[in-house]
Amino acid sequence: MKVFKALLSLLVAISLLVALNRPWGSVPAFGRLLSPFEGFWQNAETKDHATGQNIAVEGARDEVTILYDDLHVPHIFAKNDYDVYFAQGYVTAQDRLWQMEFQTYAAAGRISELIGDRALELDRYNRRLGMAYGAEKSLKGMLSDPVTKSVLEAYSAGINAYINQLKPAHYPIEYKLLGYAPEPWTPIKVAFLLKQMTQTLAAGADDLMMTNVRQKLGPALTADLFPDYPFKEDPIIPVGTRWDFTPVKRPAPPQNADTDSSVALNWQPHDPAIGSNNWAVGPQKSATGYPILANDPHLTLSLPSIWYQIQLVTPTLNVYGVSLPGAPGVIIGFNKDVAWGVTNVGADVLDFYKIRFRDNRRQEYWHDGKWKPVRQRIETINVKGKRAVVDTVLYTHHGPVVYLPEEKPFQSSIPTGYAVRWIAHEVDNGIKTFYDLNRAKTYDDYVTALSYYVAPAQNFVFANTAKDIAISPNGRFPLKWRDQGKFLLDGTKAANDWQGWIPAAQNPRVKNPPREFVSSANQSSTDPTYPYYINWEFETSDRGMRINQRLAGMQKVTVDSMRRLQNDVYNHQASKFLPVLLPRIQETNLSEQQKQALKTVRQWNYQQDTATIAGTIYVDWINRLEDAIWADDFPYEASRPMRYPNADRTWQLLLEEPDARWFDNVQTPNRKETIGDIVTGSFQATVDSLSKRHGPLGQTWAWAAHKKTAVRHLIPGLDAFSALDVQIGGGSGIVNAAGRRAGPSWRMVVQLGPEVSAYGVFPGGQSGNAGSPYYLNMLETWRKGDLYELLYLKSVTQKHPRIQSTLKLTH
Amino acid sequence: MMLPFLVIALLSAVAQLFLPWWVIAPVAFGVCLWRSKTGWRAFGNGFLGIAVVWFVYALSIHLQTDGILTGRMADLLFKIKAPLVLLLLTPLIGGLVGGLAGLAGQQLRAVFSTDPNHRAA
Repeated sequence: MKVFKALLSLLVAISLLVALNRPWGSVPAFGRLLSPFEGFWQNAETKDHATGQNIAVEGARDEVTILYDDLHVPHIFAKNDYDVYFAQGYVTAQDRLWQMEFQTYAAAGRISELIGDRALELDRYNRRLGMAYGAEKSLKGMLSDPVTKSVLEAYSAGINAYINQLKPAHYPIEYKLLGYAPEPWTPIKVAFLLKQMTQTLAAGADDLMMTNVRQKLGPALTADLFPDYPFKEDPIIPVGTRWDFTPVKRPAPPQNADTDSSVALNWQPHDPAIGSNNWAVGPQKSATGYPILANDPHLTLSLPSIWYQIQLVTPTLNVYGVSLPGAPGVIIGFNKDVAWGVTNVGADVLDFYKIRFRDNRRQEYWHDGKWKPVRQRIETINVKGKRAVVDTVLYTHHGPVVYLPEEKPFQSSIPTGYAVRWIAHEVDNGIKTFYDLNRAKTYDDYVTALSYYVAPAQNFVFANTAKDIAISPNGRFPLKWRDQGKFLLDGTKAANDWQGWIPAAQNPRVKNPPREFVSSANQSSTDPTYPYYINWEFETSDRGMRINQRLAGMQKVTVDSMRRLQNDVYNHQASKFLPVLLPRIQETNLSEQQKQALKTVRQWNYQQDTATIAGTIYVDWINRLEDAIWADDFPYEASRPMRYPNADRTWQLLLEEPDARWFDNVQTPNRKETIGDIVTGSFQATVDSLSKRHGPLGQTWAWAAHKKTAVRHLIPGLDAFSALDVQIGGGSGIVNAAGRRAGPSWRMVVQLGPEVSAYGVFPGGQSGNAGSPYYLNMLETWRKGDLYELLYLKSVTQKHPRIQSTLKLTH
Repeated sequence: MMLPFLVIALLSAVAQLFLPWWVIAPVAFGVCLWRSKTGWRAFGNGFLGIAVVWFVYALSIHLQTDGILTGRMADLLFKIKAPLVLLLLTPLIGGLVGGLAGLAGQQLRAVFSTDPNHRAA
């Protein structure tokens, strides 16, 4: 009996222990998680203490001193270049280890290793897209240059020095929740991180949707509804800028470039919420007589914060700005002589080629009158708790075949698939441009730095203390015939291949234009006089036009006026659309509430601020209006996706073609709808749906409450580590582009001059640890539209009251 | 009386600085195998020995860090923004492990002992 009782109690105790020491589904091991000695409690952090800290690490060549300011920004003082990148790796890992590693897992198609086969299709997609193939090419490019090779090795060694001394109790909380451990960092992870940026910014493609549209409407109507240049535009390179080069021979379009599209491939379309603003004003416009530069890149806002502020100082370098956790150097920033910033170009650098295989063995494909060999690349996807999945990806000279016929409904007897030609598969050196910009002194340095840059193409804005301002839509642009890649391409014809590159020196660029400012907001790079083809469609120019109107009217510009422009919430699109739409409303058909709503919209000043009700109505209305005009003509079919004409074309239609056939709903054969019917009906539907959602017209319809801007943690559903319902105005297409999920991920204003001064903020904090006071501490400042002064230190001995603590790395 | 409790608390605190969290179970088990009177007291000593250490350590972390993470974790695990839940649950879980391990130790001790009250502390 006693023995039985003893065994029973032992069994109970052991069972409990085992149960608490293992994860249950997505529930982490509870005993370990709750233990104050190694669980989440160990991740709780205090503010930086004034006491200094010395850490002996393997790998640093000399002593490195790191000063942390009151925002937990590290200011790294090293005696040589190797050490400064070593220390950047070390401190970035200290604050962002989980994030930098997780992002590279995602880019490499390795999420299944962490969360099991739920992520298998995502991983397979990334492998098929050639992310690993591209990362290997980039790594080759970065390692072939001795300077960037050393930077990469120093940075990786610094990250590993941090990982090596890290005890499991101090693993970032996400490792504890998901139940895994950090692995050693390798240089290819830097390449993966840069590929992920290229995927975010330069992998959207409408080629298939456009091909379906052309099949339905024919070439003439397609060209009419999807024109190659907007109705109204204010391009980045000001109209009238002369092209001071002799263009190389441009390829002529082939006689017949048609392809069919008998496939249902799903591809990410361009995301209009991801864009950015930057500008610089020249000395004549600035109050100090020196240029001012501003930049706010818009990305899907996430936590840990996308950017990490840092200052890097050596005897030959002193740069401050934001870095991407996982990549060495500063991406957007300034030094004492220059400042630079970036926005996305949106060049068409991803095209689909229909491949005709010789037979079902798919070992050869037809191109340029010959059978050419297919190369196979084996991708092994490890899956947590399951057997690894092996995927064979077929490569042609275009690139990987992303979709094979048996993977979708397919009729034809000729085996085909679509290969993707993508800029991210080129050998490049993604960090050299930034290495040089970090050290740039003159305009020529900027031009040289840009000449190495490949992807994702960016509008690089520039200003310097020598009073130059400049901007250049820059990247490696394929040499194409007009509209090449607007539609799917036939991969058997050599004329459809990319025909080389636009010479880097002939990329669009303007220096010190007469209007005394340069700017970009993802609109068309140039007007149609530029001799080369970059893309047929760019972001709508509403932000760009608003910025240019404001800048044109400004004199004696200060940092504060630039800050206010970054926070401008004027809805430029509404100011174009409403004067056309409002007179078309058939008022007699409106209910009382609809009449009230109409009155509200009529009185609107176009400020898309937190409290506006008219702004909420407008944004919902414009979406419904586009559906009302176009949904019947481009009906949704999963097997034949199509897209609508863009907002600029829709505006032109409303303004200049009120009798167009497109207003008639073809699904109501017995009625002929007019522009008035469509405008009125969509307005009524808007008001009815909003009142259903928010109750009667009133404060509950306020824009910020309706929009619910959120900055979410990278792990889906981790609301507790996210900032939800952030009360901020603006939105997509507005200068302050704070939308539901995407928005200004960093705002920076730099005043050049004998003493450079700079200001910035991002929606989050320096630490990636949800248990740190520096996780979300900058969010409120960002929300209010304020900026922090960025502490640009000149020397390590400089005593500044904002310095909170010191970390010394000794070897 | 107080001795097993104190030994469990001190020994487990030191051991957890170097060893995984589950070392609390062998500590409570061992101490109660060595010295315990009744099953109830063994459970109580094991429970309190661990729970007090976990509570005090958790509370001190909570207070030093303004409870930022305690609040977020309570929200994450239980969808309530009350850090108190974790300040109570943490010692409860640790205590249960310690208590049941202590009880098992006492029960095993009883197998080898003719008089369970013999050598009572």
